[in-house]
Amino acid sequence: MTLLLHTLSWPLLLAGAAFCIIGGIGLFRLPDFYTRIHAAGITDTLGAALILIGLALQAEELLVVIKLALVLAFLFFSSPACTHALARAAFSHGLRPLLQDQCFDESFASDYVNWVNEETEEEPTSAS
Amino acid sequence: MKHASGLAITLFVAWLLWSGHTAILLVTLGAGSSLLVVWLLHHLGILDPQGQPLHLLLDIARYLPWLLREVVRSNLDVARRILSRDPPISPCVTRIKAMQKTPLGQVIFANSITLTPGTLSLRVRDGYVVVHALTREAGEALQDGEMNRRVLRLEGETP
Repeated sequence: MTLLLHTLSWPLLLAGAAFCIIGGIGLFRLPDFYTRIHAAGITDTLGAALILIGLALQAEELLVVIKLALVLAFLFFSSPACTHALARAAFSHGLRPLLQDQCFDESFASDYVNWVNEETEEEPTSAS
Repeated sequence: MKHASGLAITLFVAWLLWSGHTAILLVTLGAGSSLLVVWLLHHLGILDPQGQPLHLLLDIARYLPWLLREVVRSNLDVARRILSRDPPISPCVTRIKAMQKTPLGQVIFANSITLTPGTLSLRVRDGYVVVHALTREAGEALQDGEMNRRVLRLEGETP
């Protein structure tokens, strides 16, 4: 039984670690703030999830398994919230994403500039 | 009252799980502090169904497997792109109309977008979600609206 659990959990732990590293590599390889956020997303979704599941399989008490599951659940609620907060703060303080040409859907392309202006006016950047 | 007791039970179960204590004195203290928190929230006037959407639990349980599959799929996709030589990305900003009626539904939708790597919600306002996508395809997949519809269905049965 222990052997079975270990053979299940170690691949998960290693895969989780691999995804965390890939997220880290992405932070270096991708060109700007907004694209890098996507790379960081790998670390705190699949990377974290695989590691936590791997750890849960090694746990000796049920209570520990439940706690790890709760950690995972909280992570899945909180990480998008803070990613969103980060991106929105960056955007409203004037950091513009690097975009590929003609990358909007038709309806938004014309509005994008207006939208950008609105967003920036709404939360004025601090005097600098 | 329903929300108050629901919240009190949730808090107490959380307390039990985190502490793992079973001594009578400690459990009583735990129950007491759960009730105190509920009373404080009531006193502050912030005890509302939105803060504790118990009625959504079943619907969320039905939505979760699909979301997890999407998360895994988009993770693999982004990971593959990061590792390929000269990352094949085409960053986009796109705007999506959230079909959900309630603020909570829209939050779940925007959160689901952010949770899947490759798409990120920049702003939720006036029923629209502005999304930054790592690739054009990721943005278009969102425009297709499967996630939108699923979150709508999740929200649908609430009064």
